[in-house]
Amino acid sequence: MADAVMTGHKYVTPTRKRSGFRKMMERKSTIAFLMALPLLILLSVMVLYPFGYSLHLATLNKSMTRFVGFGNFAFLFKRETFWLVVQQSCIFAITAVVFKALIGFIVAHFVHNIPNKGQRKWRGMLLVPWVIPPAMSTLAWLWLFDPSYSAFNWLLSFVGIGPIPWTGDAYWARFSVILVNVWYGAPFFLIMYLASLKSVPEQLYEAAAIDGANWWQRIWFVTLPMMRNIISITVLFSLIVTFANFDIVRILTAGGPIDKTHVFATWAFWVGIQSGDIPLGATVSLFMFPILAVCAVFILRDIHRRGNEA
Amino acid sequence: MTATTAETYEAKRGSATRPRYGSMSRDRQWALRWSYFFLVLFAIFFLTPPIYMIITSLKSSAEISAATSPWWVYHPTLSNYKELLGSSQYLIYFRNSAMVSICVVTVTMLISIPAAFALARMRFWGSTALATGVFLTYLVPDSLLFIPLFKMFAVFNEWTGIQLLNKWYCLLLVYPTLTVPFCTWILIGYFASIPKELDEAALMDGANYRQILLRVFIPVALPGLIAATIFAFTVSWAQFLYPLALTTSADQLVLPVGIITSLIKGDVFNWGQIMTGALLGALPPLVIYAFLMDYYIAGLTAGATKG
Amino acid sequence: MAQVSLRKVVKRYESIQVVHGIDLDIADSEFVVLVGPSGCGKSTTLRMIAGLEEISDGEISVDGDVVNDVPPKDRDMAMVFQNYALYPHMTVYENMSFGLRLKKFPKEEIKRRVAEAARILDIEDLLERKPRQLSGGQRQRVAMGRAIVRNPKVFLFDEPLSNLDAKLRVQMRTEIKRVHQKVKTTTVYVTHDQVEAMTLADRVVVMNKGIIEQIGAPNFLYHSPATRFVAGFIGSPAMNFIPCKLEAAGDGLTMRLDKVSFAIPAERVARYKAFAGKDLTFGIRPEHLTDAHPNGTKNVAQFDAAIEVVEPMGHETMVFFTVNGAEVCARVDPNSGAKTGSPLKMAIQLDHMHLIDNSSGKVL
Repeated sequence: MADAVMTGHKYVTPTRKRSGFRKMMERKSTIAFLMALPLLILLSVMVLYPFGYSLHLATLNKSMTRFVGFGNFAFLFKRETFWLVVQQSCIFAITAVVFKALIGFIVAHFVHNIPNKGQRKWRGMLLVPWVIPPAMSTLAWLWLFDPSYSAFNWLLSFVGIGPIPWTGDAYWARFSVILVNVWYGAPFFLIMYLASLKSVPEQLYEAAAIDGANWWQRIWFVTLPMMRNIISITVLFSLIVTFANFDIVRILTAGGPIDKTHVFATWAFWVGIQSGDIPLGATVSLFMFPILAVCAVFILRDIHRRGNEA
Repeated sequence: MTATTAETYEAKRGSATRPRYGSMSRDRQWALRWSYFFLVLFAIFFLTPPIYMIITSLKSSAEISAATSPWWVYHPTLSNYKELLGSSQYLIYFRNSAMVSICVVTVTMLISIPAAFALARMRFWGSTALATGVFLTYLVPDSLLFIPLFKMFAVFNEWTGIQLLNKWYCLLLVYPTLTVPFCTWILIGYFASIPKELDEAALMDGANYRQILLRVFIPVALPGLIAATIFAFTVSWAQFLYPLALTTSADQLVLPVGIITSLIKGDVFNWGQIMTGALLGALPPLVIYAFLMDYYIAGLTAGATKG
Repeated sequence: MAQVSLRKVVKRYESIQVVHGIDLDIADSEFVVLVGPSGCGKSTTLRMIAGLEEISDGEISVDGDVVNDVPPKDRDMAMVFQNYALYPHMTVYENMSFGLRLKKFPKEEIKRRVAEAARILDIEDLLERKPRQLSGGQRQRVAMGRAIVRNPKVFLFDEPLSNLDAKLRVQMRTEIKRVHQKVKTTTVYVTHDQVEAMTLADRVVVMNKGIIEQIGAPNFLYHSPATRFVAGFIGSPAMNFIPCKLEAAGDGLTMRLDKVSFAIPAERVARYKAFAGKDLTFGIRPEHLTDAHPNGTKNVAQFDAAIEVVEPMGHETMVFFTVNGAEVCARVDPNSGAKTGSPLKMAIQLDHMHLIDNSSGKVL
């Protein structure tokens, strides 16, 4: 009761009434909102709106004059190429991420093993693929894979392995795009795992060694549990990026031979921009969304858990 | 975080140099040798493409098509570099890339810094939702939205008569969607790690929010700002899909798209020039990386560790 | 310099109320210490004075002007924080002059003031260093210097010595007192350490659970605590509390502590008469519970105690024993021959006794 009277008193204080608007502008939350406003505008106009717009586009016919409902989706389901793209996208993303994570994990251990003063140098060298813009480095790979001048084939000819059609044959082309993606992405995992390895307290290894654990058991019972969270975050994050990859496939094979290496992004580009069927292209892009959303949910959960542990 | 890392560093070094009993020390020796062996193998794998770029860039087209070893330069020449740097075309691409990247970095910082300050330090209606939203948009890839963006710009032109498609500056509107979320996210982490008493001390000293941000937060979180700047620059410099979809005229192209569309003429690949162009195009990020490696890596790891 | 007054100041976080209506008047140049256990609301009160926390109800005024809605920067107060809160990217000089530079003071004036403050605090040769190059005590001095150069109306200290080691804390305590005597700025100081409160304050404000238990000069609080909380909180080692019974015996009163009983001094009988038969607690400080001297003075009650623990301190010896289920601490002469397990004749100086009403917690 006394509280209520007090609160009532507060509102009749003349200073509050006099300058309502200016008071509001000086309020902490108002200032904060204004500071975040450009961000809010950017995200709504350039991310949220286009996303909604692409949902709308996906329901139109090719000339964007008629509403076709789920017509584009139904059309895609009937096309063989679409299922090829689904299959190739999944193979591409999963294989590439598995190898990136494995190579990153192994190399991180090697770097962690060597004396401290050399680590910086090695780390610096091994991260170079991640630093070069992928569009530029993929050109180098394209040249290394050149049908007539391939420098790899030149080396392989010495051990008697005949010229490999790196980008000409469907299976080799699939292998090549994954190889380039692994080459580009593994250093990212390396850096993340190295940072994580360094945060594992050395005493834990010493304790495990005293308990009689061999190196394999030390990795299994000490390293992996300590790194579990960072491993899952990087893998999920990389799944998103790899699944949505465009640059490497586009430059290396442009989806060929005969659409065998198309992933969602490159096929959407081909259908939407190059063939001019914007609604169909938007529809193809949208198929990435469920997988991205699932990964995002898991990442958020892991980050939340990380926050709680800290 | 850094303190513990340094400690484990020390512990590691100590255990590496401390003499151990017979077999233990021999085991370590072998482990070390194997580590170096595999590191060399992986380094070869990781560095082959850039090295091959350099090799090819130093060759004349005659030597490239000759039957000699592709891995060695017999008659090194700088003619590819001269020709490329003498062509106005390549310089236009380079200029466009530089303009786009520098402007995007500026825009990104102008949006991210105040937003991160607000989200890290002040609460307002919906601030936690916005922070989560920032992180989610960071996960949205370019290939999800390029088609609606393309169409949006076309429709915008029909409505207002302002032509944005096929202009390099339309990229200034698009790139921030890739840079701002991540930069805001890591800056929130850096700002949140500044002790709260520091802003209170500044408040007592008579600073307003603008002064707290400019004279306390920005200088104290400078490493984070550098990391965010590097990130924004490298992302803008490397972006390929948006300019490929949104620009077509030769004078509006940025480097990655320019090299691919203009140096590859039909089926004729001038590999010496392509490799030179790609190498020069990769140079700015590589130079930044060489000089600011620690900040680069801090930015890279901050995304996941500052959650 | 200024007077500060708090009128029925209340702080609520959502539904939880942490400060329950505080009234306090601080005179010009006065050094007031808010002391109490953690969570008693003392820091919140200080932060409300500073303007760092909004006031849920009530009024805070400086020199008669209500400052409830005045932002911290316009209150002209300076604050020293527990972790110093020095700006890590600025030198000591820049740290100290930051407030003046924000207010666009002329360069010469800033220089003069910083030099003056540095001289008072004896940190003149540290001015070009960065905070990370300073020791804890030096950082503390810089934090104080930052407050002094502003020449504010009020100094606010929030547990400024808690991060220092014991020896440095004593040293800095003296330093703070010396500085206050020199600059004579009104000061509000928050601490959980009652020794700090006693040594520094002109007046001590003892807080508990969001209310003020008692306000008074250090010695007054020591000798005349108003509540059981203050009696137990002020003084080290703490006051002994023993459950007791008060019985009327003719014109006088008899105090019964288990087996021990004694007559209440005649001059206190009138004060305690009404409480005969009630549930009470007897309070006595260790220094007023000593070994019995043969030439006992007036108003002394003697009894035999079975000593359980003996702690020699050199200049005195602390002994522990049990009376009526309560552990009791006493200070005895090092030559008294106190031994664990053996009885010792103790004397209670009844002039210093306190009697506490258990139902209200008030000292009678």
